[in-house]
Amino acid sequence: MEFKKFLTGLQGIVGEANVVFHHDDLLVFEYDGSVDRGLPYAVVFPASTDEVSRVIALAYGAGVPMVGRGTGTGLSGGAIAPPGAIQIAFPRMNHILEVDTENRLALVEPGVINLNLDTHVRKFGLRYAPDPSSQRACSLGGNIAENAGGPHCLAYGTTTNHVLGMEVVLETGEVVNLGSLARETVGYDLRGVFTGSEGTFGIATKIAVRLLPVPESVRTFLGIFPDVESACTAVSAIIENGIVPAALEMIDALTIQAVQKVSDAGYPDDAGAVLLIELEGLQNEVDEIGAEVEAALWDTGATQVRAAESAEEREQLWAGRKGALGALGSIAPNYFLVDGVVPRTKLAQVLGQVAEVSKKYDIPIANVFHAGDGNLHPCLLFDERQPGALDNIVAAGAEVLRICVDAGGTLTGEHGVGLEKKEQMPLVFSEEDMAAMISVRDAFAPDNALNPGKIFPDGVQHTHSAHPAAPGMTV
Amino acid sequence: MAQPATGLPLSGFSGPDAPAEADLYRCVHCGLCLSSCPTYVETALEMESPRGRIALMKAVNEGRVEISPRIVSHWEACLQCRACEAVCPSGVPYGRIMEHTRAQVKAAGLQSKELRRVSRFFLQTTLTHPWKLRLGAHLIRIYQRLGIQKLLRLSHLLYLLPGGIAKLESNLPPMGRKFFGPSATVHPAQGEKKMTVALLSGCVMPLMQGPTMEATVRVLTRNGCDVVVPKGQGCCGALNAHAGDLFNARKMARTNIDALMAAGVERIVTSSAGCGSTMKEYADLLKDDPEYSAKAARFGEMTQDVTELLVGLPFQAPTATVNRKVTYQDPCHLAHAQRITAAPRTILNSIPGLELVEMENSGLCCGGAGIYSTTQPALSQRLLKRKMDSIDATGTHEIITANPGCMLQVEQGLKARKMPGRVRHVVDILDEAYGLE
Repeated sequence: MEFKKFLTGLQGIVGEANVVFHHDDLLVFEYDGSVDRGLPYAVVFPASTDEVSRVIALAYGAGVPMVGRGTGTGLSGGAIAPPGAIQIAFPRMNHILEVDTENRLALVEPGVINLNLDTHVRKFGLRYAPDPSSQRACSLGGNIAENAGGPHCLAYGTTTNHVLGMEVVLETGEVVNLGSLARETVGYDLRGVFTGSEGTFGIATKIAVRLLPVPESVRTFLGIFPDVESACTAVSAIIENGIVPAALEMIDALTIQAVQKVSDAGYPDDAGAVLLIELEGLQNEVDEIGAEVEAALWDTGATQVRAAESAEEREQLWAGRKGALGALGSIAPNYFLVDGVVPRTKLAQVLGQVAEVSKKYDIPIANVFHAGDGNLHPCLLFDERQPGALDNIVAAGAEVLRICVDAGGTLTGEHGVGLEKKEQMPLVFSEEDMAAMISVRDAFAPDNALNPGKIFPDGVQHTHSAHPAAPGMTV
Repeated sequence: MAQPATGLPLSGFSGPDAPAEADLYRCVHCGLCLSSCPTYVETALEMESPRGRIALMKAVNEGRVEISPRIVSHWEACLQCRACEAVCPSGVPYGRIMEHTRAQVKAAGLQSKELRRVSRFFLQTTLTHPWKLRLGAHLIRIYQRLGIQKLLRLSHLLYLLPGGIAKLESNLPPMGRKFFGPSATVHPAQGEKKMTVALLSGCVMPLMQGPTMEATVRVLTRNGCDVVVPKGQGCCGALNAHAGDLFNARKMARTNIDALMAAGVERIVTSSAGCGSTMKEYADLLKDDPEYSAKAARFGEMTQDVTELLVGLPFQAPTATVNRKVTYQDPCHLAHAQRITAAPRTILNSIPGLELVEMENSGLCCGGAGIYSTTQPALSQRLLKRKMDSIDATGTHEIITANPGCMLQVEQGLKARKMPGRVRHVVDILDEAYGLE
C-alpha cells in the first residue's frame, strides 16, 4: 500500500488532527525514558475502542507493525517504535469511566495517569496501590503492558495483583474481554498472562482495577547508614523480624549526592546510604512495629534514625526517592538502568560485585532500589555523545545482569525486557523456554504484528539512527 | 541601536548565546515534567511538552534536523511558566535554555510573524524606552476617558477599520486613573526604621496598576522600610529576555543595576513576580559582562518579591477584620521560578476574618504569560478558560495574585464571563486591612 493512502486511511478513522506524521514532530516520539530510540512512521491518537480497532485492522491489513504508547516514561524501550511501525498513543482515551466504591474497583481508559487515578479515588477513601516512581506521568495502559511496580509493591504486589480485567484489541482489530470484575478468574488466567506482555499480545482499551482502602495510619522512617553493607544488614534484620513494611527503599551515596544537588530531600549529603521505610496500617500496629523498626535500624549500625513528623516531611523524603533517577541527570547526561532482581540475603554481596564492574569499566554506578524485594536498580552513568560509550554501557549492564542471575536472581523486577534486556534473556531461559513463551504469544498474536522485535534476542543492537520504513511500504 | 548581525546557519546552535550543552543534556527524558506543563495538559501532545521541546533542541544541536517553522511553533507555544523546572528531578534550567533557544531562533530570522510583530513594535522599541511607553499610555488614557471609545464602539465604526486594528482596540487594557513612577522622593518608614528598600517601578504596572504600586509603598513604609523609587530605572527586561532579545534585556539589566543599587539601599523589591524572577537572574544574563557580572550577582541577592520581603521582616499582622472569601492564584514566576508559595498565603492568612479558599491547580498558568496572550491567543484562551473554571469552583470571585500579567489576564477572564468580582494583588488587600485599623 502506498504510504499516503495508508495515512489518509488513518486520518479517516481518527480525524486529520490526530495523526502525527511530519518528520520534525515525530522526533519527539522516538524516545521513552530509556536509552533506546526509534522513529515511528506515524503516531495515531484514537478516541475510542472502535477507533483503536479500526486503526489496528487497517495497519494489520497493510502489513505495518504497531506499538502502543502511553506517555513514554518506560525504562526498557517497550514503547519505542519497531522498524517501520506506527505508534498508537492514548492521550485522548484518558477518562476514569467508573469508580465503584462498594466493590472497590475502577474502570479506566488506558491513557489515565496513574497518580490521577489515585488522587481521584482518594476522595472516596480508596487508593490505587502500585506507585511507580514515574506515577505523576505514566499511564495505566503502560503500567499493564510492563506489569509496573513501585516502592509500595513490597506489601501490595505489582500491577498484576491489581488488575481485574480488561478489554483488549488483538492484532487483527478483533476486540476481546479478558478477566472479569470478580477477584477470581474461571479457567485460564488470561488477564494475568496479558499483564506484563509488553504490548505484544494486544492493546488494552479499558481496564478494571482493584482499589484498596486508605490505611488509617502511615509512618515513614529515614535510616542513615555509614555504608551500603550496614544498610543491607538492616534490610535483612527488618524482614527477619517478620515485618513487612509497605515500602523499603535504599539510596546509595552517589544517588544521595545527585538528589541533594537538585533539591533538599532531607538526606544528609555525607551519608553512605539511606533507607526509606514506610509502615501502613492501624494506628496501634504502626506504633508497635515502628518501635521495632527503629530498634532494628539502630542495632544494625544506623548513625541516625528519623521519623517524618508531618505529611510535608514525608512527601519531601519521598520526593527525593521518586525523583532520584531524574536527579542523576545532574551528574551525567544519560543513565542505563539495570532492573535486576536478587535474593534479599545476597544484596550486600551483589552490590559489592556491581562496584567491581563499575571499576572495571570505569563507569560510575548509582544505586537506588527496592531493597525490600531485592529489586536492584544499578544506574550506569554515561554520556551518549561519547563515541563507544553506549557499547561500553551495554556490555557493563550485561555483566551486572549476569551477576544478578548467578546470585540466583533474574533480569527484571518491574520495567520489562523490551529492547533493553532482550539479548540477556538466554541468561535465564533456554531456547525451549523462549519457544514456549512465543507459542503463548501466538495464541494472541500469531502474526507478531504488535511490538515486534522486543523481549526475545534477535541480535539487533541498540540504535540511535532512524529506522527504515516498513517492508512493503513505499513512501 | 542596531543589533549585531550574527548570520547564524540554520542547522545547529552557535554563538555565545547558544543553549549550553551542559543544560540541555541534563534532561534525561524521564517525563516527570509532562503533567505539570500547561500546554501539555491542554493539548496532550508531546511536541507541546518540556521534554519534547528539549528533544527538539537536542536534535537541532546535534545537527539531526534544521530549525524549521514547525519546530519554532512548538518552542513558541511554550509559556515559559517554568512549572516543569520546579518539578524536574534533574534540575534542568529550562527557563534559561528556552530563552537561549529563542535567541537562536531570533538570530536566524525564524521567529513567527506574530512574535516578530510584537518584538518590533513593543519589546524592542517601546519597552526599552520608558518615556515612549508612558506617552502611549497617556494617549490611550485620553482616548478611553474622552468617551471616544464608547462612541466608536456604539457606532460600530470600528468595524470599518482593518480587522487587526479593531481587535487590537478591543484588547486595549483600561489605563489607570493615576500613573505611578520613579521620583526623587523618599517615602519614610513609619515607626522604627528597619531598612531602606529600592522599589522597581516597572513598565506596564505603574501605568495600569498604579494603585497597587502605591499600596506597595504604603505596606512597606508601614512595616519600617524607607522606600525609594529611584529615577533612571526602566523596565526589568523580562519580556525581552523571554522572547530571546537578550541584547536589549542585557541593556535594560545594566540600566536597572545602575539605577537601583544606590547607596544605602539594602534590598531591591518588586511587586511583580515576573520582574523579580528576571532580576534575581541578572547574573545569568550578564555572566559574560566583565564590568557587570559581579554587580549583577549582588543585585540578584538583594532582590526580593514584596511578599517575600514582608514575611521576612516580619510584617505586622493587621488587626482590623476583612470578612470576605478570597482565592489565591499562584503567579508562575513566583511559584515556579522563585519557588515562593508560602509567603503570599502567610500574608493572606494573617488578615483577621479573611477566608482563603484554595482553587484547584492554582499553579497552572492562566495563559497570561507576558506577551503570550497576544502571540498565542488560542492556547492562551484555553488556559484562561481552565483557570476561570477553577475560580468558579471556589465560590468566590475575589482573586488575589501577585503579578501584573496574571491580574490583567484574570480580569479579562472575569469580563469575558460577565462575572462580578475583582482581581487584586496581595499588597492591595493587606493595605486595605491596614487602612481599616
